[in-house]
Amino acid sequence: MSAPKALRQPASLRLVSAAFLAFWCLIAAFPIFWIAVMSIKVPIDAFAANPLDVILGPLTKAQGDGLSLLGIVAWIGFLWLTFRVCTRLLPALVSRHAPFGSAALGWLIAALAAGVLFVLLGFGVLVPLVRALDGALGLEPLIGLTTQHYQAVWVENAFWRNFVNSMIVTGGVVTVSLTVGTLAGYGLARSGSNLAFWILIVALVFRALPHSVLVAGYLPVFINSAEILRPILGDAAPTLYGQPLAVIAVLVAINQPFTIWMLRSFFQNIPADLDEAARVDGCTHFQAFRWVIMPVMWPGVITTGLFSFLLAYNDFLVTSLLLDASNQTMVPAIASYFNRETTTTDQVEAVAAAVSITAPLFLLVMVFQRQIVSGLTAGAVKG
Amino acid sequence: MKFKTFAAFVAPSMFMMFLFIAAPLVSVFLQSFYLTQPVRVATEIETCTPGFTGQVCKTETKFLPQLDENGKVITETTFVGLESYRNVVQPDHAWAAISSFDWRGLMNIDFWKALRFTLTFTLLTLPLVIGVGLALALAVNNAARSIRGPVIFISLLPFIITPVIGALSIRWLFVGDGILTRLMEAYSGQDIAMFAQAWTIELLMLFYRVWHVAPFAFVIFYAGLQTVNTDSLEAAVIDGATRFERLRYVIVPHLMPLIVFVALIHLMDAYRVFEEVVGFRSQAHVISLQWLTYDFLEPDDAGNRSISRASASAMLTMIGIVILLVPLLRKTWRDHKGAH
Repeated sequence: MSAPKALRQPASLRLVSAAFLAFWCLIAAFPIFWIAVMSIKVPIDAFAANPLDVILGPLTKAQGDGLSLLGIVAWIGFLWLTFRVCTRLLPALVSRHAPFGSAALGWLIAALAAGVLFVLLGFGVLVPLVRALDGALGLEPLIGLTTQHYQAVWVENAFWRNFVNSMIVTGGVVTVSLTVGTLAGYGLARSGSNLAFWILIVALVFRALPHSVLVAGYLPVFINSAEILRPILGDAAPTLYGQPLAVIAVLVAINQPFTIWMLRSFFQNIPADLDEAARVDGCTHFQAFRWVIMPVMWPGVITTGLFSFLLAYNDFLVTSLLLDASNQTMVPAIASYFNRETTTTDQVEAVAAAVSITAPLFLLVMVFQRQIVSGLTAGAVKG
Repeated sequence: MKFKTFAAFVAPSMFMMFLFIAAPLVSVFLQSFYLTQPVRVATEIETCTPGFTGQVCKTETKFLPQLDENGKVITETTFVGLESYRNVVQPDHAWAAISSFDWRGLMNIDFWKALRFTLTFTLLTLPLVIGVGLALALAVNNAARSIRGPVIFISLLPFIITPVIGALSIRWLFVGDGILTRLMEAYSGQDIAMFAQAWTIELLMLFYRVWHVAPFAFVIFYAGLQTVNTDSLEAAVIDGATRFERLRYVIVPHLMPLIVFVALIHLMDAYRVFEEVVGFRSQAHVISLQWLTYDFLEPDDAGNRSISRASASAMLTMIGIVILLVPLLRKTWRDHKGAH
């Protein structure tokens, strides 16, 4: 489709807009790219004055850790392949193989499989393969690359524990808030009553609340919950402070206003005739919801689930105040790194931890780019 | 839908919101008028130190926290009225500073410092986010179809990154031996410390927030641009409108509801600014209202959390949110009444 001649743009304008876009892409990607590069260099290289030293890592190379030309080509090829698989192949596979009505499950499995495969193929197959080939062909390393900081973070400092805690919390939040939220979103979308309107308005006000205000309300109650609940529950009364389950409940509640707004706008796109048809056929409201509406609702559920995931995964304030050191999630755990960041090694370890936290999100954007965009526009464009 | 069915559908969600949002709000409001402290009893303590001629003994009266039979500190809760608010706002000092036009004196009080930063931060980032978002949307709309996907992919990265990590990643570029500080030093020939004074930190915070939120504005405006009516654009061309006039009088009015939406969401979020203070570790220079509450809630060196003061500062933060939301709520109410 070609634009009318009068609407076509002069070359100068196109050039300016292309330059602006290129500049933006540089700014958007540079900090993330740079911490990724820093995390695989020895500290002196990571904070070198010359940018080329940081990228090439001469001291890291001198240590004997590095990638040869073959390795670089292999990794670029592997990353490109991952990108293609995640953006093209995976969506096609899911839509072909997931049975009708369980697309969300299919996506979940696909995303997990992609992550596990990436780690297995990348570190289990590619690394030894490249090393063996390098040895056989006698290739010298070209750029320095070391995984010592990742080893220090994940193995020595037991970052995997924080990872498991993060997964427990985010998994719990996504499941519960979607279950509770779809019910409410459906009810709100199908009811035109004043009450529904007021619930949505109150939810909007709740969405604006700073989270620290709410945490100020939870903390004293959670710390003393064993004494408060004793008259009701007896000696089994738990101390809620430091319990992942309590944090899940809190994050679900904080997330609810946003979730019900978003799901409501997705439900409104599904014609009400569909419910009525099901009702005529003798379904109750709940049956119509479960067996007729939900199967066509999966795209909306996946998108909302993504945003719930982001909220729970990215949270610092609630998890750092309500969990204690023994079951900290990843994001507050990184605070302990930069509080003792005294040597440059500590700094680079903190960088490696930061990259570890970002990597799953990176994968998430690759697989779910379309859903994220549709989620962002769902709330805005339709109302 | 009958009321009963409706109630059954929304009940779980309402219950969660009531228990974890509405109830804490009420409890914070009440807490801010009470103070929980350990009961202290005046105890006479005799301390003896060996001296040259014999023991030197001293008797002092100390106020020690009282312990119950389990060895736990007994606490009592007293009604203190507005005392906690006074501790946070420090009206006497603040008024003295204001009446003597002592800006620096006012900024020495944490609450006013936080309020000043939160407000300037919110108001400065708002036009920047909308401007950058709009420019990006227009540029991507101009670009060839094949590069739109990758550009959107790259643009989403700053948006979904964990805020604390995003702030840290920018911090690491600008710390003492970060790469961009080194570049600026090489360019200007002098020592640069980006984290030694408040204004450079604030500049980085503004940059971080625009970097983080502009993609959100961009995606929404870009979706809005797809629905611009080409007929009215062509009509404008026929009427002799220049490119800028078309943007000003056709495209921007079309996007206006979306601009208002982005502005509202951004106002709500920027007012809650918090992660930047943690990521940039700027508490010595720049703090925000939400960080103030967070700091009261964190255990201090003795392991005590000043819940009462935190509640007072939380309630004061709330007032700002209410002021922000009142125009929005009034408009929604009018629309709702108009619709019926």
